[in-house]
Amino acid sequence: MSMAQQAEPAVGTPPAPGRKETDGRTAERPLVLRLLARPEVGVFLGAVAVLVFFLIAAPAVRQGGSMATVLYQSSTIGIMALPVALLMIGGEFDLSSGVAVITSALTASMLSYQLTMNVWAGVIVALIVSLAIGAFNGWMVVRTGLPSFLVTLGTFLILQGVNLAVTKLITGNVATDDISNMDGFDQARKIFASSFDVGGVQVKITVVWWLVFAAIATWVLLRTKYGNWIFAVGGNKDSARAVGVPVNFTKITLFMTVGFGAWFVGMHQLFSFNTVQSGEGVGQELIYIAAAVIGGCLLTGGYGSAIGPVFGAFMFGMVNQGIVYAGWNPDWFKAFLGVMLLGAVLINLWVQRTATRR
Amino acid sequence: MTSNGTGTHGAVLPDTAPDRNGPIVELRGAGKSYGNIRALHGVDLEVHPSQVTCVLGDNGAGKSTLIKIISGLHQHTEGDVLVDGEPVRFTTPREALDKGIATVYQDLATVPLMPVWRNFFLGSEMTKGPWPIRRLDIARMKETADQELRNMGIVLDDLEQPIGTLSGGQRQCVAIARAVYFGARVLILDEPTAALGVKQSGVVLKYIAAARDRGLGVIFITHNPHHAYMVGDHFSVLRLGTLELSAARSEITLEELTNHMAGGAELAALKHELAQVRGVDVEELPEAEDLTAPVATSPSSEGTS
Repeated sequence: MSMAQQAEPAVGTPPAPGRKETDGRTAERPLVLRLLARPEVGVFLGAVAVLVFFLIAAPAVRQGGSMATVLYQSSTIGIMALPVALLMIGGEFDLSSGVAVITSALTASMLSYQLTMNVWAGVIVALIVSLAIGAFNGWMVVRTGLPSFLVTLGTFLILQGVNLAVTKLITGNVATDDISNMDGFDQARKIFASSFDVGGVQVKITVVWWLVFAAIATWVLLRTKYGNWIFAVGGNKDSARAVGVPVNFTKITLFMTVGFGAWFVGMHQLFSFNTVQSGEGVGQELIYIAAAVIGGCLLTGGYGSAIGPVFGAFMFGMVNQGIVYAGWNPDWFKAFLGVMLLGAVLINLWVQRTATRR
Repeated sequence: MTSNGTGTHGAVLPDTAPDRNGPIVELRGAGKSYGNIRALHGVDLEVHPSQVTCVLGDNGAGKSTLIKIISGLHQHTEGDVLVDGEPVRFTTPREALDKGIATVYQDLATVPLMPVWRNFFLGSEMTKGPWPIRRLDIARMKETADQELRNMGIVLDDLEQPIGTLSGGQRQCVAIARAVYFGARVLILDEPTAALGVKQSGVVLKYIAAARDRGLGVIFITHNPHHAYMVGDHFSVLRLGTLELSAARSEITLEELTNHMAGGAELAALKHELAQVRGVDVEELPEAEDLTAPVATSPSSEGTS
């Protein structure tokens, strides 16, 4: 016991502070600045601006029917933009999401038709295939540590080729056969591709699904453990792992969520058009990614919202249809998209700098 | 070596001090080789509750390897690592955490864009409600985080601000408070003062003392002997992967520690050579024979309580 000659360390315990004292160094920032720093506010203002612009420029947009069409167009992008946005917040992205939609629709269609089964069997198998594609993407990314850009570019090319080749092999054609007379078709159509009446305007059911999924995604992102993990794996993977977040599980399930979205949109296309063109879907993945980025998600991960991409998809649908209603050359669509995308990226950059300013 | 192994292996341990007297973590001749490179060799180290064990060393001395072995990121290849007197071999950081060994890394302690309270509970979130609608208990988490930070003497106006907006020292303090709250018995701090200014360093040292007074064993990795001497109870100096010095506070002065740390022995040998070079002031360098601090030839000579 050598306690006697042990010199006491020089630093003592800090004095216990009072209960409700503040450090007084952070001044309350103005409300406008705080609002603008939210990931979805910038895109909300953008969406309102685009809406007002076309309400003035294209009188046809003011009719209820036109609005329903705009919302329908937005929903088909928006349903996929949601999981793509979650994945992006989680720090990865998926270039195969566009053709994965077609893969899913082809699987369901050909399986039911060739084996003359109830369409629901095809729908279920397509779900399994879509989730498996997502799981494969995720597993490859976490196992190899390669950038998801490369891994999913590979999957994109594989699926694009398989879609065309297998369809030609089985049907002898680039499109699948019409399945509208198969068992269970009407039932499935009710869920994936029906319309309902709102004050004399036919609204597609995908609009409802879109908003339901957006609500669920928002809740998961902000109110659950899993949502916390999504932000963490995207924000700083190594920190997240060090404090015990299951990083690989989170990433793989995010890729599988994209698979689920691809399945849903694929089923919608199948049951609204009865057949599937095997060469479609190419380029759609960039539209989904753009909608997520315009919606305020940071391309490098760790920041974003689920409600932002809803407005992002709405801007897409609005511009796409608005140009038609205004009677302009639809070729301008892509130019508009480019401008919107650049604007969104600049806002994101500014937000990130403001949010992390010392 | 009494080993009434406590059953406190959960993520959240109660704030009670362990009821045994030996060291919580002990290294006996531990070492680590990466292929044919021996990064660490024959290191003895003891971590006692309510004591600060300082590990000093220059760049490349093996400090990081030592932490990684104790925190479960790497496995040792020679010697023994004992926790509560029982040999262990951690394969993941989670296993070390479950034994109450928490590490606060210099740079990967937090997720900058996430709010303070989310960072505080990351990986061990509080939830409420049954499964399909099980959700974060945000009110309770914010309140607890605020309370715990205040207990450590850290006062923040707004727990919603991204942790990236805090200063480096404040972030370290949040990470320390988090480790203390989640039942750490041993706190490993990897150069917490390296990137900080004088005042910020003082703040971090205060929290190290606070953690020690709450009964934690602290491993304080640093290359600043002044910081180490302000809070340390025991000092180990690593050089080229081996223990050069292992001394209790009572056996060593700040000057001796500084000399050892600054490569004093080597500099003294170089003194006469350096004296030939114009512009190098060697007046204050000690002679080699002045360095009389105990060297780690007799490990565990110190009977600590």
